[in-house]
Amino acid sequence: MIALEQIKGSIETAVPGARLEIIPNASPSGQRSLLADNQHALAVAKFLSDDPQLRMDFASNVTGVDWLDGEIAEKAKVLKVVDGVEKEVEEIRKTKRPGYLEAVYHLYSMEKKHGPLILRFRTENRSDRTHLVSLTPIWRSAELQEREVYDLCGVVFDGHPDLRRILMWDEFKDHPMRKDYVEPDDFEYEPTAHDEVLKRAEAHDAREAGS
Amino acid sequence: MDERLKSELGKQGVFVTTLEDLYNWGRKNSIWPLGFGLACCAIEMIAASMARWDLARFGAEVFRPSPRQADLMIVAGTVTKKMAPAVVRLYNQMSEPKYVIAMGACAISGGPFKQGYNVLKGIDRYVPVDVHIPGCPPRPEALLHAFMTLQQKIDGQSLTGPSRPRHLQADAPSEFTIPQYGEHDLVPSRNSEVWKVPAMEHKA
Repeated sequence: MIALEQIKGSIETAVPGARLEIIPNASPSGQRSLLADNQHALAVAKFLSDDPQLRMDFASNVTGVDWLDGEIAEKAKVLKVVDGVEKEVEEIRKTKRPGYLEAVYHLYSMEKKHGPLILRFRTENRSDRTHLVSLTPIWRSAELQEREVYDLCGVVFDGHPDLRRILMWDEFKDHPMRKDYVEPDDFEYEPTAHDEVLKRAEAHDAREAGS
Repeated sequence: MDERLKSELGKQGVFVTTLEDLYNWGRKNSIWPLGFGLACCAIEMIAASMARWDLARFGAEVFRPSPRQADLMIVAGTVTKKMAPAVVRLYNQMSEPKYVIAMGACAISGGPFKQGYNVLKGIDRYVPVDVHIPGCPPRPEALLHAFMTLQQKIDGQSLTGPSRPRHLQADAPSEFTIPQYGEHDLVPSRNSEVWKVPAMEHKA
């Protein structure tokens, strides 16, 4: 597999204006991924699938990730005057990060026998601007999985040929894989309730007794 | 009929029976199941019907492709909320007398998916279940045991009196409410005519 930096470079030359970022991975796998912008999503995907060096012809997996609003803590070295002497002091800066939804594509090449290349796209927020570009025109295998991401996370894929719910019924309004999803309250019979379930069962009992 | 008299007459070569015994004997030995499975438990159900466990010994090898011809619904597998209305509708389409075996942890309680958002916490919330079998999946022997339990249940039914089976009571319900797809859950989330919340106290 070609190094991710090199892939990033070749995409940037092939698709002018594409904004790419390599997302590090602190886990033992160390599997880094490529974050691309939405305006050039189709062009980037087309390049990855057509480039003779890469030939990413197989989208093995598409998944959705929900990121809640959070804080990023950054350590920065700042020059400060301490006791009359200028010193370098480490400071933790906290910045608010708005939440977003993410679609992650795992791409392989059957022809070149390499992969995976992990491609990410992020929505602007989690509430009203949740649109991404569908990559089904490039990889047909993404069709059902993009529907699943739409169903469970609520990402709307523009350009998808048949964007309907796939697992839940059509009348269903929620997106169960969102982190703020509220489950229906049906904890009336929990024979071996414990921990979180016990709390919910007790809350249910209290509501039943109150009504 | 007096059992001792029956046995004495039997010794003399006189076979006597009652209409009730004959009727129940016929019913319990020709329980035709509805041929449908929902998940992995169906594989065990199929195994039970094949040569090794041979459900034919109980007269129940005739898996019917239509609910109109079936006597027994084996709910073999996970009932998702999306599937639940279809299962209840199938049950409603069966003609009386009809029975239900809830097979496996999912069908009786939701099993490992109980705390999930998409699985029904037991099919007994919508249809009356005659025999529950736990297991994940239950072995074919367990299904055979459920069949024998159901046969005993049928054998013990009397044709007259207040405890007569449902199909002999003109005013007893034969169809049950089919839940509707709601915006957050099935509506209603349980049929309180069929399923009463068991009284229990939560203790940590």
